[in-house]
Amino acid sequence: MLLQEATRGVHPLSGSIAEWVWLIPLLPFLGFLINGWLSITSAAHVGPKDPSAAGHDAAGHGDDHGHDSGGGAHGDDHHPVVRHKYAGLVSIVGPAVLLLSFGLTLAIFMAMLGVSREAPFVRTLFSWIPAGDLHVDAALQVDPLSMVMTLVVTGVGTLIHLFSVGYMQDDPGYPRYFAYLNLFVSFMLVLVLGASYPVLFVGWEGVGLCSYLLIGFWFTDKANADAGKKAFIVNRIGDFGFLVAMFLMFANFGALDFLGVSAAAPGAGFNSPLVTTICLFLFLGCAGKSAQIPLYVWLPDAMAGPTPVSALIHAATMVTAGVYLIARSAFLFSLAPVAQLTVAFVGGLTALFAATIGLKQWDIKKVLAYSTVSQLGYMFVGVGVGAYTAGVFHLVTHAFFKALLFLGSGSVIFAMHRAYHATHNHDDAQDMRNMGGLRRYMPVTFILMWIATLAIAGIPVFAGFFSKDEILGAVFARAHESTLAQVSWLGIPGSALLFIIYAMGLTAALLTAIYMTRMMLYTFHGPNRSGEKEQSHLAEAPWVMTGPLVVLGVLSLFGGWLNLPALLPVGPIGVLDHWLEPVVGTATNAVTGGAAEVAHGTEWALIGAAVAIAVAGILIAIVRLKPERLVPKAQAPEEHGIERVLLNKYYVDELYDRVVVRPTVWISRNVLATGVDEGIIDKLLVTWVGTGIPRLFGWFGSRLQSGQVGTYAWVLLIGVIAVLGAFTLR
Amino acid sequence: MLAESLALSAVLFSIGAIGVLTRRNAIVIFMCVELMLNAVNLTFVALSKVYGMAGQVFVIFVMTVAAAEAAVGLAIIIAIFRHKQTVNLENINLLKG
Repeated sequence: MLLQEATRGVHPLSGSIAEWVWLIPLLPFLGFLINGWLSITSAAHVGPKDPSAAGHDAAGHGDDHGHDSGGGAHGDDHHPVVRHKYAGLVSIVGPAVLLLSFGLTLAIFMAMLGVSREAPFVRTLFSWIPAGDLHVDAALQVDPLSMVMTLVVTGVGTLIHLFSVGYMQDDPGYPRYFAYLNLFVSFMLVLVLGASYPVLFVGWEGVGLCSYLLIGFWFTDKANADAGKKAFIVNRIGDFGFLVAMFLMFANFGALDFLGVSAAAPGAGFNSPLVTTICLFLFLGCAGKSAQIPLYVWLPDAMAGPTPVSALIHAATMVTAGVYLIARSAFLFSLAPVAQLTVAFVGGLTALFAATIGLKQWDIKKVLAYSTVSQLGYMFVGVGVGAYTAGVFHLVTHAFFKALLFLGSGSVIFAMHRAYHATHNHDDAQDMRNMGGLRRYMPVTFILMWIATLAIAGIPVFAGFFSKDEILGAVFARAHESTLAQVSWLGIPGSALLFIIYAMGLTAALLTAIYMTRMMLYTFHGPNRSGEKEQSHLAEAPWVMTGPLVVLGVLSLFGGWLNLPALLPVGPIGVLDHWLEPVVGTATNAVTGGAAEVAHGTEWALIGAAVAIAVAGILIAIVRLKPERLVPKAQAPEEHGIERVLLNKYYVDELYDRVVVRPTVWISRNVLATGVDEGIIDKLLVTWVGTGIPRLFGWFGSRLQSGQVGTYAWVLLIGVIAVLGAFTLR
Repeated sequence: MLAESLALSAVLFSIGAIGVLTRRNAIVIFMCVELMLNAVNLTFVALSKVYGMAGQVFVIFVMTVAAAEAAVGLAIIIAIFRHKQTVNLENINLLKG
């Protein structure tokens, strides 16, 4: 607390625009209120105007209905599109609040450029939880790391909001969608700006809630509602870890704000069991939110939501919260090498595991979902080995190219859906076997998607190359000399484990290149498989959707310039490194022990290997996969062997169902419901104790109520004498 | 004089109380209650010599309330008698729990 007060008093940012930082999350929240209010007030009127509902209820209006269904058997599901009556207002409010937030963030960013950034600027709004020793302020923190995250969230968020204006334009729940989306961004900004773990946790839970709401946005379909519940429940498991970590921090450090904990943590000692435990529990929270093994299962299912949601929440922002949390807690993790190795190993394993599943998925969004899980694994490898800047760097570039990939796939699905809608086809608009050859119909999306694919595959010049290479390079360097290489992890020497992680990273890079190229080949190349009639309806999306794609394409191309490696002859070197130095510099140095990076010769060799692997992956996919031979989903033969295992995601969902879900349901039903609830509570406590004891007392009471006034008078007299006696004898 | 008055009122009150407790006839009990009230009235009057006129004012109030009570109580007793043909309280136990 003292440190915080002192910092605030002299901070160069006090009195500047940074004082207004609380407006950044508040603006989207206002957008949520406005859009939510519009959604609620219009909800009562949308029912009767809904043409499909009218069609079903129109038994009385026989003329209308008969005429409508005379055209074909599908009269009911083909109805004229009715825009929401507030669509125009919502389309302005929704993206505008984000744009304002982005502008404000930029202004604060500019203000930060000119001043010393050594200490974070903490803006305390009010005292939130003053309870004895526990004192938590509602405070926001402006420092280089939170600014990077805020810029990404508001910047990419604005683009995705704009895209949504086009993508969701015909949805009856349009204002509700934007209300949720605004609320999500608001909570995400609380998450990245919060100056203490509890404030961060508010945002953490809030984005979890919005994720649930948006995954189940089309909740009338049970599968979507189930996917929302799955995400919510799996995230609760992670939140348990986060909570335990916070309890431990408060119990042992007596503080929960970042400054207080970072000041107290070194007192616990390097590699002490306490810090390791806290870090592992924190990582459990991260594994839930950022979809790492074993809690990754919710993310692929989360594709049930609208595609821009997948882009915003399940690729660009929310799922990166775990990476952010570890980077934010760098001061803790650098004290716990065992926990760091765990993070890195789980990250590497997830990267590899998810990449193999991505090889065999047919749903275009499922491919991207597993690719997201895989790339998040990369980020955890980065922050796990103490290369916090590299992890955050990959987070930023990934936000660019994965948002582009998802929005591009959204554009494709939008086109496919329109075509199928126009011809009343009921085929799967997301299955790549029904696509093919789309480059002829949507050239802009085609080019931009290739840019993103090359970026994620790690081809030089594109953004993903630099960030991925920096992570792999860091793992390699740490394996030689760092605090991590000296400890052992479950009996394995840290150095050997780091080499294993490096190998896993390289393999995952190869697989990434393969499955992304496969997706591009099947979607945009080869002959079109969507059907004769549909081809005439395939077209590029409107500018409001392609516009954000173009911006993201540019960012995917040049995002790597944020942090160019030192051995390049041109360009600004290590901008992000310098920028994040005040936040994670000490922690990074603690891990590397101040050792120099690997020699330039070795670094060139590493880069060469990474590029060779990426190119090899793309070539393998191009040579091996023949989009010409692919048949539409309806005629596709069944897969066998390993392909089937991959298609079914290693049967992990089935395994969890057997091992966790069903036993839980069985115990709930047979032990807790029948035994505890009906047996103990209902029978023993309610029936026996609950009715028996009152009845016993009632029987005694009723004996006193004889109805004889004389008796009552005697009792009264005795009472009076007793009271008088008590007063007299006192 | 004060002591004698208070002693008389105590005797009157006790007689009333014993009557209320021991008798069974509702009319007799009623009269005993009136006796108790008037015993208290006597106390008020006697003590007003020491503590001021407020006691005598209270006596007026008590007598008014007693009159009202007598009207209502007798009416109830008559109603009970019409219903049960008795005013013996041993036979009247409608309040039994």
